[in-house]
Amino acid sequence: MILEALDDAGLSLSDVDGVCHAESSMGLAEYLGIHPRFTDSTMTGGSSFEVHLEHAAAAIAAGVCDVVVSVYASTPRSDRTQKRPVTRRFPGGPNPMAEWEWPYGMRMPMGPYALAASRHMHQYGTTSAQLAQIAVSTREWAVRNPRARYQTPLTIDDVLASPMQSSPLHLLDCCLVTDGAGAFVLASAGRARSLRKPPVYVLGAATCHDHMMISQMPDLTVTPGTVSGANAMAMAGISPAEVDVLMGYDSFTITALLHLEDLGFCPKGEGGPFAADGKLGPGGSLPMNTNGGGLSFTHPGMYGMFLITEAVRQLRGEGEARQVPGAQMAVAHGSGMVLSCMSTAVLGTEATL
Amino acid sequence: MAGTRGTDGTRGNDKPVPTRMEPPVGADSAPFWAATRESVLLVQWCTDCDRGIFYPRSFCPMCGSSGSGLEWRTASGRGTVYAATTENNPAATGVTFSNGEPYVVALVDLEEGVRMMTNVVGCPTDDVHVGMAVEVTWEPLTDGRQLPLFTPASGQGPAAGPAGGSK
Repeated sequence: MILEALDDAGLSLSDVDGVCHAESSMGLAEYLGIHPRFTDSTMTGGSSFEVHLEHAAAAIAAGVCDVVVSVYASTPRSDRTQKRPVTRRFPGGPNPMAEWEWPYGMRMPMGPYALAASRHMHQYGTTSAQLAQIAVSTREWAVRNPRARYQTPLTIDDVLASPMQSSPLHLLDCCLVTDGAGAFVLASAGRARSLRKPPVYVLGAATCHDHMMISQMPDLTVTPGTVSGANAMAMAGISPAEVDVLMGYDSFTITALLHLEDLGFCPKGEGGPFAADGKLGPGGSLPMNTNGGGLSFTHPGMYGMFLITEAVRQLRGEGEARQVPGAQMAVAHGSGMVLSCMSTAVLGTEATL
Repeated sequence: MAGTRGTDGTRGNDKPVPTRMEPPVGADSAPFWAATRESVLLVQWCTDCDRGIFYPRSFCPMCGSSGSGLEWRTASGRGTVYAATTENNPAATGVTFSNGEPYVVALVDLEEGVRMMTNVVGCPTDDVHVGMAVEVTWEPLTDGRQLPLFTPASGQGPAAGPAGGSK
């Protein structure tokens, strides 16, 4: 996957002097046979790759390194079907979850999102049908992506009729479990201009986390994306209205709904009605998750890499049947752990500089 | 599953069989767990900023106060459901305390201003809703400690919740 990404950029392994990996950047570099000047093993769950992008951009800007790769590959679906032993991994350090959450049998990772949905429904009147529309719009994109796992159209009734899991989330409010892999290459703007493909530029990037476990989240209806989103857009000097494509991490329908509010695409509490008219789907005013998302395209466990790869494809005009016409500006918004760590990247074409 | 499923937490004259993952005692929470043996719910309190701290820590994460600034107070045991979900697929969570039946995981805001995860028990799962008044009840663990769970507050009818509450 790394070699393919480098080839796509017109680079080779010998050009790489920075590596990122959410488990072991040392192991990755050793395997690749490179001795990097920049290394980042940041693990913030599904948003790890947006954090890698942010750190790598800062390191390149500081002159620490020239070319950074980040890669992700995971096979949870095959692990399940082939009954391979799976070791559950949790972040290092103190683990208060064992003392204050695990005894209560909350289903992971579904339970925390169900709690957030229950609170959002109570506080703002959000309905299951509004959440379902997000799954429906996302499937409309997946129908146009031959690589998507689910490619048959979906209706709101289909979602509402799917089995209730952790209430109020139905099965089709939940992301897939798939195998998958992706990689990105980041180089200085000067270097990137001379490479094989038209570069996509990092215009802004920011991260924030405000809890690790859901019982410590200050407000279940407000994510730290309010901070990362505002800071990333301020760095890029843009407003939400200028975003042509939103890649908003959709581990569950409620996750994507919270991003719409917290990134400023609609006021707090209005994500349900905002999404309900289908504007997130093909031809809508806010194309979201144009690859079919974690809900219908792929979700190997930490989906954030695919937000970046799809944003790049859209900005290069490589979206094929799902291409958003004239896309110049995209936001890749990663969500890690249980709405814990949000990391936002604003990406643009040469025309946005 | 059948071989490990506990019913009343005991198996003949043998040691009690855990029906759920039993919590370790954290570095700063020994007083909390000791009090549960007497069915007392304690909340760590910062006397400097006059706020409850949960989970227990070696200092106050809100104002930085440490040592003498912290004390333990007995909570009223009353609270309000802040968020709630019914786990409809107990097999997926591996717990045995519900005997395979759906059960409620909730976040409860205590009167003292702190929030904790719990199970709401003692009523049909469909009765549990955000905003519901609840009070503490205790479930024995295998080592004599007790786990704080919550039930509908005494005097609250099963249908007292506001419209639009979720389960």
